Amino acid sequence: MGFTSSPASAPRLASAKIVVAGGFGVGKTTMVSAVSEIPPVNTEAWMTQAARTVDPLTGGSGKVTTTVAMDFGRITLAEDLVLYLFGTPGQPRFWQMWDDLSRGASAAVVLVDTRRLDASFPAVDYFENDSDVPFAVAVNLFDGEQTHRLDDVREALRISPGVPLLACDARSRESVVRTLVAALRHTMDTAAPERGGAAAR
Amino acid sequence: MRPPHGPGPGGANPWVRPYVLTGGRTRTRQRLHVHTLVSVPYYDPGYADLLPPEARSLYDTAHTAVQSIAELSAHCSVSLGVARVLLGDMAARERLVVNPEAYTSPYDPRLLERVIDGLHQLAR
Repeated sequence: MGFTSSPASAPRLASAKIVVAGGFGVGKTTMVSAVSEIPPVNTEAWMTQAARTVDPLTGGSGKVTTTVAMDFGRITLAEDLVLYLFGTPGQPRFWQMWDDLSRGASAAVVLVDTRRLDASFPAVDYFENDSDVPFAVAVNLFDGEQTHRLDDVREALRISPGVPLLACDARSRESVVRTLVAALRHTMDTAAPERGGAAAR
Repeated sequence: MRPPHGPGPGGANPWVRPYVLTGGRTRTRQRLHVHTLVSVPYYDPGYADLLPPEARSLYDTAHTAVQSIAELSAHCSVSLGVARVLLGDMAARERLVVNPEAYTSPYDPRLLERVIDGLHQLAR
């Protein structure tokens, strides 16, 4: 019969997502800009989180609302496929936001600045212990040169042996692509295809 | 009823409006990820006229192109949490089309291969 449920003959657009995590100022936005077809979009997100301690004076739900800024980029990979890159808010106390951004992600990249390793430790810890999303760690070469041996970085940040660790220049499209591909290949090698829809926690 | 917070330093409580808009809800029936694509293929001006400004803006913008929840949130300056609830309501009322997942999961090897191929072309 001549009836179709779809009004358009254009292919259905599908989307995929990669999360870029790491501490404040490690180069997440730079990394997103290096490959995004749009300037990274900064958006306000808000969430309600359960208060750590219930304040009897609030008398009610024990919830507080917080706003965080996050940014994202977009890459049209094909007529029917678009990839989004989401930079997570830097502060680890926004783990609920990280859960939300990571849900449904194909991979994550934790970006590290060797001058401030501790800034990215919470992100490594999060993906090691609290999320099912496969991840790779990328050491951002701010001056184009590697000042730390990757093995030392792995040890300092307690990154599991199976997690890909590579150097990356967040300003270079080629380098960022190589990093994203490494993370996606890691997903292919380690993730059971049916598990990706599961909640991060 | 008391708002969840007292007034901020600027005077007005910035949370009252989002709270009122969504009736205090932070979740939707349908799971909408930040990268979930939605559109309004059949625009209904009568329905649009009845919407409060934030929802109207989202509805109008979603009509212009297929785009993600995050893009709609950013383009309409409606915070992500509020946008998700308002768009979820429209989807529940069949005013908004949520693109069905084309792949079984974000770890589907067919999807991963296509993303990798696309990225390689980008670097060329």
